[in-house]
Amino acid sequence: MGESHLQSYSGYWGIPEPFFASLFDENDIDLHRSSSQGQAYRRFESIAITAAESAFQRAEINPDSKNVLFIISTTKGNVEQLEKSQNPDSQCDAYLWHSAQRIAGHFHNPNTPIVVSNACISGCAAQLTAFNMLQYNDLYKHVIVIGAEVLSKFIISGFQSFKALSPERCKPFDANRCGLNLGEAAAAIIYSKSSETESLPDDTIIMEAGAVCNDANHISGPSRTGEGLLRAIHKVTKDFDTKRIAFINAHGTATLYNDDMESVAINRAGLQDIPVNSLKGYYGHTLGAAGVMEVILSSIALQNHNVLSSLGTENPGTAMPLNVCMRNSNTNGDAFLKLISGFGGSNAALLFTLNQQR
Amino acid sequence: MEQLFDIIATCRISDKEVLVNQESILHHGQENEQDWLSTIYHHIGLQYPKFFKMDRLCKAGILGAELLLKDYTYDHETVKEDWGIILMNAASSLDNDRHYQETISEDNYYPSPAVFVYTLANIVTGEIAIRHKIGGESSFYVMPDFDEELMRELLVQAFNADPKLTHILYGWANVDHDLYDVRMFFCRRNMKA
Repeated sequence: MGESHLQSYSGYWGIPEPFFASLFDENDIDLHRSSSQGQAYRRFESIAITAAESAFQRAEINPDSKNVLFIISTTKGNVEQLEKSQNPDSQCDAYLWHSAQRIAGHFHNPNTPIVVSNACISGCAAQLTAFNMLQYNDLYKHVIVIGAEVLSKFIISGFQSFKALSPERCKPFDANRCGLNLGEAAAAIIYSKSSETESLPDDTIIMEAGAVCNDANHISGPSRTGEGLLRAIHKVTKDFDTKRIAFINAHGTATLYNDDMESVAINRAGLQDIPVNSLKGYYGHTLGAAGVMEVILSSIALQNHNVLSSLGTENPGTAMPLNVCMRNSNTNGDAFLKLISGFGGSNAALLFTLNQQR
Repeated sequence: MEQLFDIIATCRISDKEVLVNQESILHHGQENEQDWLSTIYHHIGLQYPKFFKMDRLCKAGILGAELLLKDYTYDHETVKEDWGIILMNAASSLDNDRHYQETISEDNYYPSPAVFVYTLANIVTGEIAIRHKIGGESSFYVMPDFDEELMRELLVQAFNADPKLTHILYGWANVDHDLYDVRMFFCRRNMKA
């Protein structure tokens, strides 16, 4: 890992202004999959199915079992289909539950899939829902959380109108950061119920706790005092020895306000000495996929006793100082903290540990 | 066995009428009205000018929350960490998404941040959190229909997962092609349970 997939696009999708982003192309992934009956899937469903397929294969779990639940995390699904306003099929495809049913239906899963749509925190909120489902619903043994987002003129023009996009590769937590880059992604995690009696294999990643808290402050700007994020951090770390935390994988979108807010919340929580990274410099902000994708990459890093560098950060400079991880390094810690915040004033924190013979 | 929580208020906003605790308080068409949501706003005497900047989903959710809380005594000044909001619907923010889509056509391109910000389903939970200073969990789920069983399961799990949560505003808030369907509930943890 080390290269960025962010690049400049000009005249793409009929968007007047150029933009920097990480987009799928036909050589990376099949964007036009179809069902066994020959029904064509949209881009969004195609990438989500590909991610889920790979997860089920690796985990050797049958997706058609009634003890498997699908949770889909996305902000906009197939929203680009609204452009074809005369076509009733396209209009129907824009409903998130419709996409979710197609995805779960592809795997012949009998349960109603749940869609979590909580803006940028969706991916982490969906994992918390999975955690609760496994804890409190005896019907389910496995929950697959699929985070997916495809970009379109709809999403990019909106972020441009917000003046939130950086004209170059983003620089998370940098003193000269000037906005975010958007990215497309699909990522899937399968969570399984652990029994207290059965010991888990080494290197299993365990979700210890999760929390979502609202700032109650502003719908499109983070709280300057990091109020909601701080509350979420407190909830997940209150009974935990924070010396075990190898790194904090922050949201780090590289907007002025988000990164400052995170620095304030991390300092107020007293965690400012722990290495912090943002992975947005590799593939941008992948919206509803971000929380899922970043938990996967952070989990793999922890299994390898690594802390990934915060690509794009040159000279850290946030409202409060952070220990930004500037190069890949080794760690003895056996836990990581995932933070994420977004529109609607929502914030989430998830705490994970690595199962190892201690 | 004691119940985990009590439902202390309910409200329903449809295209035809507004009900609070199952009693009708307003019928559509009774007055010479502008639009239905503004009529409700004026009828209940709400004074919150930000309302008029919002998209229809947020307006509907704000009105639902107002109807649930209007007779309840609570702290309006400080952020309540022990209150949460969980909403669900079928159309996410598609009502406003269609509006935003009209602003980005090739021959008429003027994307506006004021419209774009409402193209996220959970903005309504954010607006309610700001209005009533609610600082606990805020969640938004999308499902095909008003699925009482699944919705209740998510509510019960939220109360179980966070023992500090004492109050949850929860329910259905759907706005789609001029159809309004708000069915919201105000729930309080039963401390004896």
